[in-house]
Amino acid sequence: MILGKVVGTVWATRKDEELVGMKFQLVKHVDLEYKLKDSFVVAVDTVQAGVGDIVLVTSGSSARQTAQTKNKPVDAVIVAVVDKLDVAD
Amino acid sequence: MFFADVIGTIWATRKDENLKGFKLQLIQPITAKREKAGTPIIAVDTVGAGPGETVYYITAREAVIPLPVEMAPVDASIVGIVDRIDLKS
Repeated sequence: MILGKVVGTVWATRKDEELVGMKFQLVKHVDLEYKLKDSFVVAVDTVQAGVGDIVLVTSGSSARQTAQTKNKPVDAVIVAVVDKLDVAD
Repeated sequence: MFFADVIGTIWATRKDENLKGFKLQLIQPITAKREKAGTPIIAVDTVGAGPGETVYYITAREAVIPLPVEMAPVDASIVGIVDRIDLKS
């Protein structure tokens, strides 16, 4: 999984019908100090993350391992909202 | 499988149902020569590794296999703690 910050939401009415009802969040990757990187991903949100939340994103076929995204054309899903990040110095 | 050093831990209460009870470690991928290889990622720890230890981890959908649940949105799992790396020069 990778660290990211929810920076926005993506709305799409014309889309694959399997994706109807899913919330798409725009997640920018962050470093360990939560500084935004350039790269981003559009991820399905299954944990009701809000804009500004630091989240964990699972990518690839593992992203289909949730009740909501099972057998759906999804390759990135927000799986957790991070409370705390402990980095051993 | 890849090598990594465990550099920290993630705490997250709001997360996917099937992630409950798993320890989420922050790991820095490294080469066999113990040089950094890429940016830190988060992996589920199935062997009780601690910060400072070198581990090996698996990625993609296979990362779900060592977990005690049928389905979980996980794309990286620590599956072993490295004692020693013998590298033919």
